[in-house]
Amino acid sequence: MTTATTTPAAMNPSTNPAAAAADGSLYHITSSKVHMTPGTNGAPAKRDGKRPSDALSNEQVVKLLRDMILIREFENRCAQAYQQAKIGGFCHLYIGQEALAVGTINSLNHDDPIITAYRDHGHALARGMSARACMAEMYGKITGCAKGKGGSMHMFDRPNWNFGGHGIVGAQTPVGAGLAFAAKYEAEVINRAVTGPDGKPLPAPWQNPPRVAPKKKVALAYLGDGALNQGALHEGMNLAGLWGIPVIFVVENNRYSMGTAIERGTTMAHDLKQKAVAYGMEGIQIDGMDVLNVYDQFKALVDRCRETSRPAFVDLLTYRYQGHSMSDPQKYRAKDEVESIKQRDSIALLEQHLLTERRCLSEGDVDKIVEECKAIALDAMEFAEASPMPDASELYTDVFANIQPDLSPTANYTLGVKNPLL
Amino acid sequence: MARTDKMNKEGLTLVDAINEGLEQEMTRDSRVVLLGEDVGRNGGVFRVTEGLQKKFGPERVIDTPLSESGIMGTSIGMAMAGQRPIPEIQFEGFLGPAYDQLVNHAARFRHRTRGSLTVPMTVRVPWGGGIHAPEFHSDSPEAIYIHSPGLKVLCPSTPYDAKGMLLSAIRDPDPVIFFEPKRVYRSFREQVPEGEYTVPIGKAKIVSEGTDVTIVTWGANVFQCLEALDKLPEDLSVELIDLRTLHPMDTDTIFASVEKTGRLVIVQEATRLCSLSSEITAQVMERCFLHLQAPVQRVCGFDTIMPYAKLELDYLPNADKIVEAITQVAAY
Ligand SMILES: Cc1ncc(C[n+]2csc(CCOP(=O)(O)OP(=O)(O)O)c2C)c(N)n1
Ligand SMILES: [Mg+2]
Repeated sequence: MTTATTTPAAMNPSTNPAAAAADGSLYHITSSKVHMTPGTNGAPAKRDGKRPSDALSNEQVVKLLRDMILIREFENRCAQAYQQAKIGGFCHLYIGQEALAVGTINSLNHDDPIITAYRDHGHALARGMSARACMAEMYGKITGCAKGKGGSMHMFDRPNWNFGGHGIVGAQTPVGAGLAFAAKYEAEVINRAVTGPDGKPLPAPWQNPPRVAPKKKVALAYLGDGALNQGALHEGMNLAGLWGIPVIFVVENNRYSMGTAIERGTTMAHDLKQKAVAYGMEGIQIDGMDVLNVYDQFKALVDRCRETSRPAFVDLLTYRYQGHSMSDPQKYRAKDEVESIKQRDSIALLEQHLLTERRCLSEGDVDKIVEECKAIALDAMEFAEASPMPDASELYTDVFANIQPDLSPTANYTLGVKNPLL
Repeated sequence: MARTDKMNKEGLTLVDAINEGLEQEMTRDSRVVLLGEDVGRNGGVFRVTEGLQKKFGPERVIDTPLSESGIMGTSIGMAMAGQRPIPEIQFEGFLGPAYDQLVNHAARFRHRTRGSLTVPMTVRVPWGGGIHAPEFHSDSPEAIYIHSPGLKVLCPSTPYDAKGMLLSAIRDPDPVIFFEPKRVYRSFREQVPEGEYTVPIGKAKIVSEGTDVTIVTWGANVFQCLEALDKLPEDLSVELIDLRTLHPMDTDTIFASVEKTGRLVIVQEATRLCSLSSEITAQVMERCFLHLQAPVQRVCGFDTIMPYAKLELDYLPNADKIVEAITQVAAY
């Protein structure tokens, strides 16, 4: 194929910095690594003046550290269990991205719903799922959060308002808009003041019998950068913008969708916020390696969305240290790229802050937290190990509300039901 | 790619055979292009397209964004305009986002345009369970696509058939879904001719001849059936049919066999309700009723969502279940 003589502006390197295609291919609009401040030698994100995180108590900030360390230790154990073939199927680790889930989830109220894709262990733990239920799910044990019938990609936790991990890339994003829609509906329609025949407002339904007034909520729909290219996201964003529903689309921009670097997969990779503009919503970019920075910027955004009942879109810059899944030779990136990002490791950054700026922890305290988290992860593994496998009769449960034991002709092989003719 | 010593000596895996078929057809026909998620630089999730981008360049082996609907839709346009696109969908569950393009468009253009537009594309899709992956990564959705007029549906089980049927599919003037049983991608090797050859679409294969019971199956289940045959008593003579093409189905071979044996067992890992086994049972009833000496027996997946881990083993047909089914039918 020959290069067209007139290049559309969007594909022209001189008008669009994202256009220079490294491999000479016409198909890829390629930006350089513009979308992440390179490893500035371990420096935290730039902070000016008073920031929301200043108002966090020492306990609250130490909780952020603990949450991140727990995820990392948990994921280390998952990697081990996977290598020992205790965990089957797929296993996508969250190592490197901890500040993202922890910073965003700690900016929410407990009953703000969240939904995410399949790289979901971090969100589940940060949202309060027990490490035991999480690990047991991966082991395929009945004590797992989805009865061991789903595995790594199916971390559901309704009591903690976690609407789960989802294996079809992008599919969760319009669902997130629906979660926000339902919250808004409850606050504004079900509970709106109704006027009686005399024109005076009747008591809101939640006043009679008295219960707690519904809160304004914000839903988070997490997605990977690969999901930017799925139609479902764009339909979900359009609906959210059109209807004004308080959902925040959080792009976990770790630069890669399996082996495809973001600039090879999506337009305007150097300035994703532009995607939000088209759908009439606020778009911001956040450095996601520094958890306090995530909190500062994300908390303010959540407050705005809650207040105005509007959607938003966040390009959250992060990085996964491990391969896409446990079987990924990682030929698509250079080792020193990984190493340079690790210079700004989120856990190290926060530790540094707590030790030298807040001075609320000693090195000994940090070690203690690490030990505690290691113990939780190990306990989760032992629990999963010791838990029973689901019984074959579980095959029939949860298809419908009512169990239908004769759903299958092969039932006789597990349940002793015989084909009456044979 | 030149064959390695190992390939020369021990034969090709299913993956090798498909890779070789793609390479040969791309060499022969410059209209053929591959596209899909990570098919180029990375050679695909199962490495089926390994090395092809190096050989044919990024214009012909195209890494796409994560966009199944886009992949399928652009493939349709390319095909209607004269190319021979071969889109890869990473796992059968991801046909979901592409379903509209595939079923409402690709399948119907010939009819909708009364033959003036056709969609000669081959959609390659890893298929089926047995790799311990949860839903979307282990389903057997063939019946959905057989049920949609206008799509041919293939499911070879051996390297030889895979290469030969792939060439037939690419050269076919209509859209073909080429399901690849991922469980046996690398599980065994077979001698495969180095040159080009085709295996016709619509022809079943009799894997072993017999006179007492007929088994019809396809995909990786062929191997569970072979295992079952080893466990059966020597004096029970079983005819094993590998359907290979699921649609259009080779009913002649099935009917002839059932007329001979009078007994039929169908083995599939898809769920039972409204499945291909339902259709085979109905057609055998319609055509071979007077020859039947026992009710048709089916060994299927359960009518539930594909489970993970140990339950997958309960779900999938295995040699023991098949032996039991055959024994019951033979004894009737
Ligand atoms: C619809 C669909 N297509 C393809 C896949 C296979 N797949 C799983 S993860 C993935 C890459 C996703 O990358 P990204 O969204 O950036 O998330 P990350 O892995 O970086 O967390 C792909 C292609 C899928 N799960 N669903
Ligand atoms: Mg990504």
